[in-house]
Amino acid sequence: MSRSSSNNILDRPLGRVGGRSTDTTFVSLSAFAYIYSELVQYHQSRAASVSELERRLESAGYGVGLKVLEMTAYRTKEMKREIRLMSILHFVSSSVWKSLFGRSADSLERSIDHADEYMIIDYEPIASTFVSVPTDLGQLSADAYVSGIIAGVLDGAGFAARVTAHNVKLEEGERQGGGSGSGGGAGGNAVPGIPPRKNKAVFLVKFSPEVLSRDAALER
Amino acid sequence: MSSSPVLLFVIVGKNEPLYEAEIDTSSSSSMAPSNSSGGAGGGGGGAGSPSQQQQQNELSTRQNYFVLHSALDLVEKSVYSTSNMYLRVVDKVNQQQVSTFVTAANVKFMLLHGGKGEEVIKNFFGEVYGYYVKLSMNPFYKYDTPIMSKAFDARVRAAARAYLS
Repeated sequence: MSRSSSNNILDRPLGRVGGRSTDTTFVSLSAFAYIYSELVQYHQSRAASVSELERRLESAGYGVGLKVLEMTAYRTKEMKREIRLMSILHFVSSSVWKSLFGRSADSLERSIDHADEYMIIDYEPIASTFVSVPTDLGQLSADAYVSGIIAGVLDGAGFAARVTAHNVKLEEGERQGGGSGSGGGAGGNAVPGIPPRKNKAVFLVKFSPEVLSRDAALER
Repeated sequence: MSSSPVLLFVIVGKNEPLYEAEIDTSSSSSMAPSNSSGGAGGGGGGAGSPSQQQQQNELSTRQNYFVLHSALDLVEKSVYSTSNMYLRVVDKVNQQQVSTFVTAANVKFMLLHGGKGEEVIKNFFGEVYGYYVKLSMNPFYKYDTPIMSKAFDARVRAAARAYLS
């Protein structure tokens, strides 16, 4: 009680305002990896199936997404909202990604088959860096937590979407050609001592129909 | 007619109001019981009996809430017309105006006032937005739930007095 007057959360600064990311407080990768592994284990011991485990991880990330959205928007100090579909996707793959992982997502693509589906691709997803999925868990993607964050950001901004994480095998020479990453030394972000990844994370974003019709109406 | 000294500030979530504050800005300048300047119309000329005045106050409070809440439809209409968070004045009823600010996560700040400057209100909203973001960083505060924090209440009221009186 006595500390409430001087140490209230409302009186503390909200960290960096715009610009460079040098003075942000970072969480060390080992601390994150340790806590994340506990989180996964906790949910794994309570989930009956792979899909339930992924759903649990997603819901754990959802609340984070809502907070990240407000926080990132506030820090830009521009007092702007994202109202267009493409701009919110760019916001997620650049601003949100930067504030969470210190770099932009590797690419943002539109699905060829479905107009309502977009893909955010990350070659070195941090959440599954230290996770090796046992064969009995099959298609589990440990990046489900991150997909929950994306869903939280999009949903909070009024773009209801279903976001799922998928592990996709890298094509031959796909990453090496990018210039930044041969042999795990990519962009200063890869983890030393870990063999180069064979998978990339694909976050599939499927917007709900009313979002698309609203965005089409704004087009005019 | 002088503008009403009473401001009504409401934060509205997806389904319900999350926070409400009635702020009497006249109290800082003088503690006088402001002779029937509240509300539009001002029927009872001069000082009525205390109970009459109370009734008058209650009526204007209800009217204020009515005006503010009925402006919500207009807010929904203009939310997707601009990418600014600050929507300026969205509704006018008699002397009363409703200014609105929408956060990135579509939480609406609404202020009922008697015609203050746009910039002043923008600054007020900006400060409250800072408090709101800090509040929502609290791991125990769940998005889109009523705000019970006393510290938040105190700071919003202080900001209102600083900017709007």
